[in-house]
Amino acid sequence: MNNKVQLDQVNIHFGKTHAVRDISMTFPENSVTAIIGPSGCGKSTLLRSMNRMHDLVPSARVTGKILVDNGDIYDRSVDPVAIRRRVGMVFQKPNPFPAMSIYDNVIAGYKLNGRLPREEADEIVESCLKRVALWDEVKDRLKSNAMMLSGGQQQRLCIARTIAVKPEVILMDEPASALDPISTLKIEELIEELKERYTIIIVTHNMQQAARVSDYTAFLYMGDLVECGETKKIFTTPEVKRTEDYITGRFG
Amino acid sequence: MIHSVTFRKMKNRLMNFIMLACTLAVLVPLGLIFFHIVKMGLSSLSLDFFTHIPAPTGEAGGGMANGMFGSAIMIAGASLIGLPIGILGAIYLSEFGGTRVSNVIRFAADVLSGTPSIITGMVAYTLLVVPMKGFSGLAGSVALAMIMIPIVLRTTEEQLKMVPGSLREASLALGVPFWRTSLKVTLRSALSGVLTGILLAVARIAGETAPLLFTALGNQFWSKNVMQPMAALPLQIFSFAIAPYEDWHKLAWAGALVLVTVMFALSLTARYFGRTKQAR
Repeated sequence: MNNKVQLDQVNIHFGKTHAVRDISMTFPENSVTAIIGPSGCGKSTLLRSMNRMHDLVPSARVTGKILVDNGDIYDRSVDPVAIRRRVGMVFQKPNPFPAMSIYDNVIAGYKLNGRLPREEADEIVESCLKRVALWDEVKDRLKSNAMMLSGGQQQRLCIARTIAVKPEVILMDEPASALDPISTLKIEELIEELKERYTIIIVTHNMQQAARVSDYTAFLYMGDLVECGETKKIFTTPEVKRTEDYITGRFG
Repeated sequence: MIHSVTFRKMKNRLMNFIMLACTLAVLVPLGLIFFHIVKMGLSSLSLDFFTHIPAPTGEAGGGMANGMFGSAIMIAGASLIGLPIGILGAIYLSEFGGTRVSNVIRFAADVLSGTPSIITGMVAYTLLVVPMKGFSGLAGSVALAMIMIPIVLRTTEEQLKMVPGSLREASLALGVPFWRTSLKVTLRSALSGVLTGILLAVARIAGETAPLLFTALGNQFWSKNVMQPMAALPLQIFSFAIAPYEDWHKLAWAGALVLVTVMFALSLTARYFGRTKQAR
């Protein structure tokens, strides 16, 4: 299998804080990789470096190489906007655009960047909402405000919005942590389906979730990559004692 | 020592009464002003007031149509200059701020909004009236814009700062450039609050008289050329009120009524926009 994303000795600093230390690992194409670890271990920080969201934080400094399809996304010739179109992101709290309808939220990536012909828009909205299994729930009220939806529906809408711009990689930052168990289950089923087309990297607090949805798991602790490998192996026969302690709930 | 319940209740009642009295003390002057202006102005208000220019000295009748027209033109001009500067400046402060430059700008805006408006008029006089060798509506617009800019800048900045960062991130993560995100997501989300600020700024400059004294000067006739001295409602109220003729005083009252009504309407509209924002 191809390695879609590759980290090579990545270090991330915020001012004097060294948040991510010397991490090298790979993310195979069309698979789900979970990044787990206790709060503050740097997992969200690492995730956000993969579509250059840290560019907005003046004190943040990313060193090392992050390769997407073997191209360094931090190369000086690379436009961060172009990277973010290839590497989409779903956030912890559902964040649909409050001033837009459900319909407009799905095609927001196009609308905010210019115009989109009507028929094409209709097609994108329908296919993306179907892919996130939201179509049947909202097809009669596409023009109503996105904030009318429940939290779980909003999060699926945000995923629809992300896949509408046809990314190759989807980063998910604890996408279900603000949702109830049933909505969580729906998101997890969705992740399972999405990996056929996309490479998914998911940060999660919830170890059962990591075990359920991911093919590969990376365990981070205090900014260090402790262990990574196939999820089955990490969860049954981890090599490092600390991984075992964390997974069995002895700390964290 | 524990006070008795009755004593505590009495204290409570006393404090409630004092606070109610303070609230009334705020409302009474406003009520008096409004009541008096309506009483004095309503009788002199007629269709002529809105359609005619001031009658020549000694003749009866006349209106302040040229003043209202001039005010509208100068407010529009001031908005044309002041709104882009104020709003774009606010985007800079809120989205690119945090630098020493932005603190300087913020401080300068606060000082500018505290500057007496007659000083603003003198600055516009020195900058425009003197080199152009004449009073003009344009100079009036610039003076009003100088009053408008800090108000719009600061209120817009506050509104933009209230937009949650998660919305900016959502837009950026979709591959939308930062400048488009600022305009179409951040500013768009803050729009109702920004509109409120704009309307309050317009209401503020609509009543300004001092900065127009050395700039637009005023005009007894129709003045449609912004390069010439221009009439303005507050200026006409001023000059009619200090004139020695009884019927001019009446016109001044009518002008005051119109001005207060316009400002009242603007403030109400501003409140309406503020309200709908909270309802969402």
